[in-house]
Amino acid sequence: MSDKKKIRVVIAKPGLDGHDRGAKVIARALRDAGMEIIYTGLRQTPEQIVTTAIQEDADAIGISILSGAHQFYFKRVIDLLKEKNASDIIVFGGGVIPEDDIPSLLDLGAGAIFGPGTPTSTAIEWLEKAVLTKS
Amino acid sequence: MSTLAERATAGDVRAMARLISMAEDRADGIDSLMKELYPRTGRAWTIGVTGSPGAGKSTLTDKLIGHFRSKGSTVGVLAVDPSSPYTGGAILADRLRMQRHTDDDGVFMRSLGARGSLGGLSRGTREGVLILDACGYDIVIIETVGVGQSEIDVMRVADTVCVVLVPGLGDDIQAMKAGIMEIADLFVVNKADRPGADRLVHEVRGVLEFLRGRDWVPTISQTVAETGDGVAELGERLLSHREYSGKSGAGRERELARLKTKIEEIMLERLSSQVETLWTDRREELLEAVHERRLDPYTVAEELLSRA
Repeated sequence: MSDKKKIRVVIAKPGLDGHDRGAKVIARALRDAGMEIIYTGLRQTPEQIVTTAIQEDADAIGISILSGAHQFYFKRVIDLLKEKNASDIIVFGGGVIPEDDIPSLLDLGAGAIFGPGTPTSTAIEWLEKAVLTKS
Repeated sequence: MSTLAERATAGDVRAMARLISMAEDRADGIDSLMKELYPRTGRAWTIGVTGSPGAGKSTLTDKLIGHFRSKGSTVGVLAVDPSSPYTGGAILADRLRMQRHTDDDGVFMRSLGARGSLGGLSRGTREGVLILDACGYDIVIIETVGVGQSEIDVMRVADTVCVVLVPGLGDDIQAMKAGIMEIADLFVVNKADRPGADRLVHEVRGVLEFLRGRDWVPTISQTVAETGDGVAELGERLLSHREYSGKSGAGRERELARLKTKIEEIMLERLSSQVETLWTDRREELLEAVHERRLDPYTVAEELLSRA
């Protein structure tokens, strides 16, 4: 009687980035893969992102970031999730993040970082698998 | 170990959120959790906000949250957005306009995908209201998907239904139509600073003429949700409807009708899952017989039911 569980993803844009085209592209691609996307818009604080993910019972948070402040925002979001006993929520990201910075973000606990030009299908496949193995 | 229901009612937001997901997914075990929660419900006031796409429902909801918070009430919000009929996916963006309340512990907001429900709500909305009620929220606001003329499920969930209209969407005959216009306890003419607002108010007033003599005649509020103009007054009018419902017994009547629907729904759901098992052993044979006109669908159905 119970339905297949829906994958729910918060797509967030922390900080002062001025546009969210990339975030919208990934949001639409994930929707077309059958997921429910909670879209929160520009200029979110890490606190707002984490509270949103908890209230929305999200499986994952996708952070899109262009400003260069990725180290700070990823760390803060991941720390807050730990603080709120919600480390099972997957964190992944994309945007303009230099190749060299990726390993340290993964060390912090990010599940995956998708750089510019990554086909959306790669992100979808990864996310579906990550959510499946988590639950 | 404590159950999810116990954790949620003790204020664990994660548990609350998980319960709502379980209700939405119809997950195994949700029924017994709802049984546990039900005795704690019955205190929250549920306000439905409905209206056409782009009428300003989310912005108005945002301002109403602010209004009720300033009066000291805690507020839960369930905001429904459409799901894709092709992929089942959805972009839920009502929250975008209410995000300023995310930092407020007295507010819980949840976005729901309609997932094929046609009445303007999602399948788990009713349970979502009960869950937030049991967890102690004073007011639960339900924002429906943008509706046309006949998505009226919100009246089966909300104590007070607020229909949001905007100028410039249609001629006066639209206001006469059945369905959505009939379920309003209050009308809101939003974007009231735009041309045509006065005319719209006049048209709605014309429709309400037919209701003269009833105990409760819907009021018409004018708001500009973007700036907050008129929202405090709307808040007061919502409150008068609540007081009327309590005093007149109309609220109790509505609640009883709602419970009747709910109980019958549960029975129907259980029965329909039994229906399949009634003929699993003979399905092919009977389908073949009906297809070849040796039997008719009515006789087959009657016979199968008589075996139940």
